[in-house]
Amino acid sequence: MMRADLLTGELPGLDEALAAVDAFDQVLAGGLLRPQPAQAAGLTALANAVAGSPIAALVAEAAEKAAAGVAGEEHLLALAAGRTALFGAVHDAVVARVDEATGRPREATPPFEPGAPLPANLLASARAWLCDVARAGWRGLDHELAAGAAQVVSALLPAPELRRLAVLLDGFAAELAASCPGRTLGRIPLRRWADLWARGMLLTQPGAVTGAGAGAETAALTGRLLPLGVDLHEHATAVHAQVHAVFEPADGGPARLVRASVSAPKPDTVVGAGVWQLLRPHLSLLAAAGEGHAMELTGMPVTDEGDLLWSEERTRVDESADVFTTARVALPTVRAGATAPLDRHPARIAEPVLVEGYTVDRSGDEVAFVVGGERLAVDTGRLPAASPLTAQAVAGSRACIGLLRWDAGRFLLQPLAVQSAAKSRTAVVQAGAWAGGTADKSGAKAEKAATDTVTVLRERAGRLLRS
Amino acid sequence: MPMWEESSLVRVVPTARPRKLAKVPFVELAAGRLQGVVSSGSDVSRVYVSSVASGDFAFACRTNNNRPCGGARGGFCNHIGAMVGEAVLQYGGARVARYLQTDTADGDAAPTAQQLAAAMSAARPQQAADAQAVTGQVFARFLRHLAYLELPATTAPLPEMHWFPTAGAVA
Repeated sequence: MMRADLLTGELPGLDEALAAVDAFDQVLAGGLLRPQPAQAAGLTALANAVAGSPIAALVAEAAEKAAAGVAGEEHLLALAAGRTALFGAVHDAVVARVDEATGRPREATPPFEPGAPLPANLLASARAWLCDVARAGWRGLDHELAAGAAQVVSALLPAPELRRLAVLLDGFAAELAASCPGRTLGRIPLRRWADLWARGMLLTQPGAVTGAGAGAETAALTGRLLPLGVDLHEHATAVHAQVHAVFEPADGGPARLVRASVSAPKPDTVVGAGVWQLLRPHLSLLAAAGEGHAMELTGMPVTDEGDLLWSEERTRVDESADVFTTARVALPTVRAGATAPLDRHPARIAEPVLVEGYTVDRSGDEVAFVVGGERLAVDTGRLPAASPLTAQAVAGSRACIGLLRWDAGRFLLQPLAVQSAAKSRTAVVQAGAWAGGTADKSGAKAEKAATDTVTVLRERAGRLLRS
Repeated sequence: MPMWEESSLVRVVPTARPRKLAKVPFVELAAGRLQGVVSSGSDVSRVYVSSVASGDFAFACRTNNNRPCGGARGGFCNHIGAMVGEAVLQYGGARVARYLQTDTADGDAAPTAQQLAAAMSAARPQQAADAQAVTGQVFARFLRHLAYLELPATTAPLPEMHWFPTAGAVA
């Protein structure tokens, strides 16, 4: 049983770390072209916060140069690294609290192994754009600067090993473009944009990610895969689904938490239920999860983080498996995966948990579960638009499988599946129920619309790209 | 809104709304313009590249071979009208009005496509001085957009996507 009381307690040192982050994030609002005294203070705050770390000297020098308005790319990179290190510490504190609450053992973090070098010219052009952005600042954004990412992204996207950076920059640049001109911005997503900027900067470092764009394969799994639910991510031109599951080895060894991912670039007009058809052909697990089936794996490669490197020929659909049975029987004894060094950021935390025995509190403007007197906010905003799992279904539930997340200083529960509280029904509703296809009228209509969209665009592409 | 500023995961751009693409295969708010591609009613291999600039509503409409549209001499042609209509479907009237800085942006209700087009026409907009160059840029953007269809899906983990949670029900 999850100890929800631990999730509301204070995390030691958190406020100090976030204060330094916030101070630095304000610096990026004004940009580093002509830094003002307040920005110099923000830079110093960042440098002071990492003063005890191995990169202390680098960040201190970078802060000094930036405050004087003479920061080069290497200095901006050091600032991004300093900010990332602070969030690494926050991540570790949050994960320690999660593990305490779930009582789950976790694999140790593997040492950082630099990946194979990636095309240096492409990384350099991405870094140059990010540095221009940092100099202009969010208030200095203009259309020309935002549009400058298009060429960089187009060059990055076709290379599989650069996909992570490409997709990040694409989504980031779209937000900047929609927010131009920066001088008229009413409010600024300070932490978010600084996150995306800093992450982009680190990903432009040769060796930051391995050739496959993911963690290295460390084992091959043979046994049974029991899905828990599907987590969907998307921006205008990319969609990504991640299936969380429990893996039970055939040799009777300890069960572990694993994930399988699939992503696809997309035109911005393919939305809602239409995104599933882009992903479905590449990950049979989506359909299995949606339809409530387990899968047999034979020699499936996996990373230390628990990411399966999916290969269809190593799978077979198994008998049906109810997600709540999996959550009640298999989930309590699993080991959790490690976090890759570069992925130590609280936004990446997504820990599968089962929550039950709660009352639903709808008094505020959000849904919350009250467990043992403690309030756990439910992130109903993360429910897919095209899903039978609605905020109403969540509010009328008595048991919930969800991902424990942490954002803006607090824990949130992202529902993956709920069991209805109505006595007459024990219906289970899953967020990813339509991943494998749906007979639901509105879902089917949205799928058809997406098919039509792709058909029209292909037809246009056929005529125009030929001429 | 301190919560908003201190969140890693706020949605900055709302998800586009689905629409039928047959008449207007491409529309976007970019580079300070509402711009798009409109299929020709008579010739299947021809498209019109239309745009309206934010602020002064300077407009352009030319074919993909960069010949001027006969209807867009003194004011907005039907292609521009169709593009405004589809932009309202895709982004909602309020977002289009805000981006183009039309007077209708101040009202309470989201303006309709007709209201938007009327408000812009009332300002007696001019042909864009750089219409030819803009046409080339917009058409290139369209081709770039089409290229997304050709990029393969992958099952490699993409941790960066955790910063882009699905936007849920469209507001």
